[in-house]
Amino acid sequence: MTPTPTAYTRTAIALHWLMAFGLLATLSLGLYMADLPLSPSKLQLYAYHKWAGVSLFGLLLGRLAWRLTHQPPALPSATSESQRWLVQVMHLALYGLMVLIPLSGWLMSSAKGFQTVWFGVLPLPDLLSKDLLVAEVLKEVHETLNWVLLSLVLGHAAAAIKHHVVERDGVLARMLPFLAKP
Amino acid sequence: MRTLPPLTLAAALMLGSALPAWAGSYATLDPQHSRIGFTYTQMGVAMNGSFGQLKGQVQFDPAKPEAAKASLTVPLASIQAGSAEANDEVKGKAWFNTAAYPAAQFDTTQVKALGGNRYQVSGKLTLKGRSHEVSAPFTLTPQGKAATFEGGFILKRTDFAIGEGSWADGGIVAHDVRITFSLRVLAAEAR
Repeated sequence: MTPTPTAYTRTAIALHWLMAFGLLATLSLGLYMADLPLSPSKLQLYAYHKWAGVSLFGLLLGRLAWRLTHQPPALPSATSESQRWLVQVMHLALYGLMVLIPLSGWLMSSAKGFQTVWFGVLPLPDLLSKDLLVAEVLKEVHETLNWVLLSLVLGHAAAAIKHHVVERDGVLARMLPFLAKP
Repeated sequence: MRTLPPLTLAAALMLGSALPAWAGSYATLDPQHSRIGFTYTQMGVAMNGSFGQLKGQVQFDPAKPEAAKASLTVPLASIQAGSAEANDEVKGKAWFNTAAYPAAQFDTTQVKALGGNRYQVSGKLTLKGRSHEVSAPFTLTPQGKAATFEGGFILKRTDFAIGEGSWADGGIVAHDVRITFSLRVLAAEAR
């Protein structure tokens, strides 16, 4: 058996930060566009938001593939059992939401009667037929999941900062190599 | 040589008489079973819609297609454009401006037979105060004492100033809108 690595690969670091910025940008766009009055730019922003969501889903598949083929670096030896459990739950929840959020958006789009066509070129099948009541429910689901994701991301970031500032154990530096002590 | 059993012959006669082919003309539009629809693309996504109302007259005799006439009026406020937001938007000034131009009007100028059950209709379409000649192939499908006329054509929305100002860009809402029609017209009663 290969020993547990001490660092994330460059690929893993790149995928992580791409996802972080992609998620925040797409979520902000979603919040901004939802209440705009109908205009050509609203239609454009909705299309961009959907294209971004589909792209992030593709990126997520890349991250899952990395995770399934690589062992992440070990947690600091001082980590308690309950903290290890919390880390597992947190990471599973983050991955789960990254799956469910684009799926709920795609289904909502179909239920509203607007097919998703990635970059205006690749049409995704409509798994639901048009039904405005279903669309209303899916909109609530999509929004709620995003608020949960945002809270978890803030918790995830707060934990990383706590590792860096309080424990000073190099956990944050694994994702931000420039922070590593020489 | 064997003769046909009498029952088979009787059945054939009954089937034949159950579906009389109407040989006369068609004269009364049945708006309940007629539909004016449209399809277009928006940010690369295919969209479709329809108009809930239709009025008008159609006169069509398969024996004299060149004498056919149709006058159709589509109240534009009856549009179903895909969402409540879109329905409100397209009634506004940049699109149909239904307050000033409540209906679309089509009047035939010419009908030509293309062979079989296919024909070509040309006529004047008036929308938002602008008139243009349009032409559409259609098929005629008799069904009992009625017939369905089905066809479609591409309308350039910019020809009629539909979607002005910021909406004029065809990259967001395409300029080409395919109009489809399916008209059920009842047979003229034998006199």
